[in-house]
Amino acid sequence: MTLKDVKTGDTAKVVKVCGEGAVKRRIMDMGITKGVEIFVRKVAPLGDPVEVTVRGYELSVRKADAEMIEVE
Amino acid sequence: MGIRIALAGNPNCGKTTLFNALTGSNQFVGNWPGVTVEYKEGKYKGDKEVKIVDLPGIYSLSPYTLEEVVSRNYLIDEKPEAIINVIDGTNLERNLYLTTQIVELGIPVVIAINMMDVVEKNGDKINTKKLSEEIGVPVIEISALKNRGLKDIVDAAVKAAKEAKPQSPKHRFNGSVEHAFAHIEELCLHGIEDENVQRWYSIKLFERDEKIQEKLGLSSDVIDHIEKDIASCEKELDDDAESIITGERYNYIGTIINDCVKKAAKGLTISDKIDRVVTNRWLALPIFAVVMWLVYYISVTTVGTWATDWANDGVFGDGWHLFAVGSSDYTDAADEFTANQLIVDGYDLYVEENGSEPTGDFEYPVEDEETAAVDYETASLDDYAAAKAYVEANEEPDPADYGVWVPGVPVFVEAGLDAIGCNDVVKGLILDGIVAGVGAVLGFVPQILILFIFLAFLEACGYMARVAFIMDRIFRKFGLSGKSFIPMLIGTGCGIPGIMASRTIENDRDRKMTIMTTTFIPCGAKLPFIAMVAGAIFGGASWVAPSAYFLGIFAIITSGIMLKKTKMFAGDPAPFVMELPAYHWPTLGNVLRSMWERGWSFIKKAGTIILLSTIVVWFCTFFGVVDGAFTMLEEDQIDHSILATIGRCLAWIFIPLGFGDWEATVASITGLVAKENIVGTLAIIYGASGDVYETMRAAFTNASGFAFLAFNLLCAPCFAAMGAIKREMNNIKWFWRAIGYQCGFAWVIGLIIYQVGKVFTGEGFTFGTIFGIAGICVILYGLFRKDKYNK
Repeated sequence: MTLKDVKTGDTAKVVKVCGEGAVKRRIMDMGITKGVEIFVRKVAPLGDPVEVTVRGYELSVRKADAEMIEVE
Repeated sequence: MGIRIALAGNPNCGKTTLFNALTGSNQFVGNWPGVTVEYKEGKYKGDKEVKIVDLPGIYSLSPYTLEEVVSRNYLIDEKPEAIINVIDGTNLERNLYLTTQIVELGIPVVIAINMMDVVEKNGDKINTKKLSEEIGVPVIEISALKNRGLKDIVDAAVKAAKEAKPQSPKHRFNGSVEHAFAHIEELCLHGIEDENVQRWYSIKLFERDEKIQEKLGLSSDVIDHIEKDIASCEKELDDDAESIITGERYNYIGTIINDCVKKAAKGLTISDKIDRVVTNRWLALPIFAVVMWLVYYISVTTVGTWATDWANDGVFGDGWHLFAVGSSDYTDAADEFTANQLIVDGYDLYVEENGSEPTGDFEYPVEDEETAAVDYETASLDDYAAAKAYVEANEEPDPADYGVWVPGVPVFVEAGLDAIGCNDVVKGLILDGIVAGVGAVLGFVPQILILFIFLAFLEACGYMARVAFIMDRIFRKFGLSGKSFIPMLIGTGCGIPGIMASRTIENDRDRKMTIMTTTFIPCGAKLPFIAMVAGAIFGGASWVAPSAYFLGIFAIITSGIMLKKTKMFAGDPAPFVMELPAYHWPTLGNVLRSMWERGWSFIKKAGTIILLSTIVVWFCTFFGVVDGAFTMLEEDQIDHSILATIGRCLAWIFIPLGFGDWEATVASITGLVAKENIVGTLAIIYGASGDVYETMRAAFTNASGFAFLAFNLLCAPCFAAMGAIKREMNNIKWFWRAIGYQCGFAWVIGLIIYQVGKVFTGEGFTFGTIFGIAGICVILYGLFRKDKYNK
């Protein structure tokens, strides 16, 4: 399962961040690393991106990038 | 020697507020060499020997974003004496991530925990003593907003700088990672004396940082060797090197947070509550529309227009009424006088044309100043009698009789020049060249300042990030950012503040793309020209004006898609992983300072190009050869001007577009000074031989007329907007790329419209149609070709 599949209002735990290069590094730099819990707060009015809470702050992630984050 | 202290921290951590509080007005704002990233430096208020450098807001020291590369190069190469690491106390966990990297640089660090007032209000407790022990650097609580702890933090930094004993990082990675570091250091880093710096390089090499490999000039042998160490470590820990490092840093921060921070059990903060409403699934778009409407209404429609009119027609025009007192009275009086005068003139005209007085109702012409359109109205003999009596009884109203009239700069200057008996050439140069040029630069400043108050406010309060969040889905499809919406919206009023508004877009490529495409949207100055073409060539057809906007939107979308696939926009796709900062009320000082910095940078960086080009075009318009002698020309002698000669030389370029005559070419060139000038120039050229609109209708077909319109809407904008492009690109190569692309694109679209348009307007299939179809193919190829630079 990836972060893209998590429903609004649910929390998931990161298993792995896939992908490579700038996007992957950026995702991890922002605190999405193995073991962290992510709360999916809401989806943007046009359906993308999604707003999540991670490490106590709000982050906006595109669904295409959310697909790179494996969660459980 | 003085002490240099660098301020480093995440975006939105209050770094700018701290910088402003520490340096006051002793600031220098510029750009880092060669890039658009802003550079700020200032002297500490309490001690002029202490220089403070504000680094860009960054989350990490990775090699992937311009801001991060600029920052780490500065820290590694310039080695400031100390670093103040500014941390948002309400968000320690992510902020400390940068800290773990900064303490590894071998430069003394002190940590400033900012926004302590908010932390206390939330009821959270931070054990700073423990935090300081665990990280190994001094930690000071501050609140930049409330002026708390500012002296303490600088004193601590100065003390650390003087001691010059950099902390050695307390954090150790997993055993096998440390083992790999040791190998890397042994292999290629023994030349570096400072152990800390050695360690930093080995971490970067472990992360396979290509910029550092390049910097150290490592041979491929060495890189291969290091690769083996990394690979074995990755195998052991079952993860890739970058993830290992990042993960361990965050784990380490987790233990620190556990030890030092007690969070009060909290419900929803005010910021959460605001966000629930503002980006609510159903309310977000209506609220967004209202906010945008407000920004547009004030900065473009009302206050912005007043400001621009005041600056252009008042200060750099005839003059203005102080506090607008008497202004409307004067306008009413002037309008009434003009209306009567027109009837009297019309009567005289009738007599002149017919050789006799009208016996009943007669028609008289009324010209629209903006579009040069002429309407005919009917007056009776009674009207004439009343008008004549009015004109004879009243003098033409003088604005000076109403309220306090302040004459404009040109009026002052002209009076001064007349007083010293200046000759016409010099007078013309100063008035129509220099003063008009300066006016063109300064005329837009009030509107820019007004817009920037809004932008600074939206940025500082946190809504700008939400704009990107809401609009991202639409704009990213054609290589733009959600934040591109604001430049384009403002661009419908005036392209100059529109281009300047692109400053809020962090991503370099998105910003450049926005700058290149914003002026495709018809701005206010293009409207009279659109109205003129609609009136003269298309008989006032109502579809012409909306089609200009559709053309602009079409140009932005196709350009976005085509440019995205070109080599100049190649590279890794920009990640859109964006922080949505907590909402907070910005301080007036910061908003005003941001507004002024941007306005000033427009004057400074864009001013020269605007001034020079205005003077050059003025010279070419008003000088030329008459009867074999080079002389200064009257306005209606434009066909003798240098500009006309240039027009004749360049006109062939527009033959495939259907308007390859010098008249249209010259009008297009004068449009570069200001787009509304196209109307004035055409009125002079075509007005020489009778009715402007009729002559123009004879000169163009429907196809060539619309091609002419399209070309002038899409080609390079006015000089002032070009100046803004130059300033925002901050790179002469990119400036020419933007202008070149706009002109090239405009030409191809003009070609397609004319050649294909001919088929539909009754001229049938011609040889040229092939070129029109070829033009379409070029655009289609650009749109649908494979994107070989991006995956």
